Amino acid sequence: MTTDIADNMQVTAKPDGRQIAVPRWAVLVVIWAILIAVPYWLPLLGGYTALAGRVLVFGLAAMGLNLLLGFTGVLSFGHAAYFGLGAYGAGLTLRYLAHSTPLAILNGTLLGGLAGTLFGLLIVRRRGVYFAMCTIAFGQLWYYLAYSWNDFTGGFDGLRDFQRAPIGFGPLRLDITAGGSEFYYFLLAIFAIAVALLGLLVRSPFGHTLRAIRENERRARFLAIPVERQIWLSFSISCFFTALAGTLYALLNNFADPLTLHYSLSGYFVVMCVMGGMRTFWGPLVGAAVFVVLQDYISSMTVNWMSFIGAIFVLVVLFFPRGLLGMRRLRVKR
Amino acid sequence: MTELILFNVTNGLIIGAFYVLMALGLSLILNLSNVINFAHGNFLALGGYLAFTLQPALGYWGALLVSPLITALIGLIVERLMIRRVYDRDPVYSLLLTFGFAFVLQDVARYVWGPNGLPLGLPDFLSQPISSNLFFITWYRVFMVAVVVVAVVGLFGFLRYSPVGVRIRAGTLDLETVASLGVNISALRTFNFAVGCMLAGLSGVLAAGQIGLNPNMGDDLLMPSFIAIIVGGVGSLMGTLFGGLLIGLAAALTTVVYPAASEAVIYAIMMLVLLVRPRGLMGEEGMMS
Repeated sequence: MTTDIADNMQVTAKPDGRQIAVPRWAVLVVIWAILIAVPYWLPLLGGYTALAGRVLVFGLAAMGLNLLLGFTGVLSFGHAAYFGLGAYGAGLTLRYLAHSTPLAILNGTLLGGLAGTLFGLLIVRRRGVYFAMCTIAFGQLWYYLAYSWNDFTGGFDGLRDFQRAPIGFGPLRLDITAGGSEFYYFLLAIFAIAVALLGLLVRSPFGHTLRAIRENERRARFLAIPVERQIWLSFSISCFFTALAGTLYALLNNFADPLTLHYSLSGYFVVMCVMGGMRTFWGPLVGAAVFVVLQDYISSMTVNWMSFIGAIFVLVVLFFPRGLLGMRRLRVKR
Repeated sequence: MTELILFNVTNGLIIGAFYVLMALGLSLILNLSNVINFAHGNFLALGGYLAFTLQPALGYWGALLVSPLITALIGLIVERLMIRRVYDRDPVYSLLLTFGFAFVLQDVARYVWGPNGLPLGLPDFLSQPISSNLFFITWYRVFMVAVVVVAVVGLFGFLRYSPVGVRIRAGTLDLETVASLGVNISALRTFNFAVGCMLAGLSGVLAAGQIGLNPNMGDDLLMPSFIAIIVGGVGSLMGTLFGGLLIGLAAALTTVVYPAASEAVIYAIMMLVLLVRPRGLMGEEGMMS
């Protein structure tokens, strides 16, 4: 069990002496230093801060999904539904209820998370591709709802006419309405809190039972781990995190569209996890960064960017199944 | 009112027939290879477009026969080159593979045949209405249902009586045992995948005559086909058949009462089935659970 945790939690070397061990705190310092310094180094490379915001949002969504996909070994191909519900929840709150960013985040997260929690109850007994198929089909339900409920959701054009509001308690006021680095740091702060929670979860006894289920479900059952309940919890929690990312996405764009609910986006989340390394904690963030940058670059080059993205999927699956961070583990093992 | 209901019932049967043809192909592949073929809708479009290209040379009937076979051949090549490699891996890989490949196929269709809709010409007599009373039912609609019936009966007969069909059914139940009995399961899966693609290609040719061709023509059929499989029960082709007809009819009849909910009703049926009978209407207990 302990070696298993070392595998997953730290992107450090095995204690077999073949590679210099990098302490986990050093890895964390590097990751956070890179993230905090984004507004300073990204423009130098020709990027824009909104792109970094997208990486954070998709990264958080993918890391939330990865709790289920990588750490529990259960395949959801419908997480865009909870992402999109989060986005719509936040957008609808800002538009119809109150001009309050924290309330929008709360409502969106609850909407997406609770939808996942309820649906999870129906499918915890399914496994493998069957589970995946149910999640896809259920996800599309929300797509059609948003698509056809024109008056309320804006239909195909998406939900517009809402603005993220400045946050403040009395004299302390943070104006995040502009798109600059203030908003990036706001996103980063929420991202940090969410990722810290995820990290605690993964290392908690609960997280250990999830990995036990992934490695050998039958044995986990013999150890009196309530497999169905743990999978349901894992599914629900991952939906909450993905929904939180969805609310941030709505705030980032001041816009929520039906495509945030579409199963294509679910596929993108899965490929982010796989590309970065789904057995690693930070892999999905790396995958999201690669994916967002590639998508941004290719779609500026050609109209047929879809086939390039599709080809990347195929290539990742065939030649790169362990992902960027997973590769390191492979090299160490051999 | 009677006419409206009759119109929607026939409509429902036709839509249901398409769901069935599509879902049967998906189901075949899913049962034997444990792969969800996201590209199935794109094989459908490919079948339709191939018919469009072949029609000037072979005529409508020739295209109807040859185009599904070419689709099957393409499916066979795809399976041999790519999908075969992920059978032994986590299901996430096969999903991502077919998902990504669907994008590629869609862009190929757009690149080769253009992004705009194209019509598929029909023989004259098929476009005539059956009678002046039932002006809305053309012979083509009857023809589509007839072809689907023939294809479905053919498929079930093939699976029931031919040695290969029996092996496919046996492999669905227990692939390891079938392999240990000396059946070449690699070839069996390839063949099975090709048959699934052939069904998609056939539905593509049929659909093209009704709604015309466009690169995303299969997309709207993919989700209902998933739902048909879930409702009917994974592992049961008969279940898929009934599931497809059921949701097709349910959607059409909802259109009579409340058109906006016609899409939602098939999702409602799925939820109900998952709630009351999680293995699906005709699914085997313990299959993939």
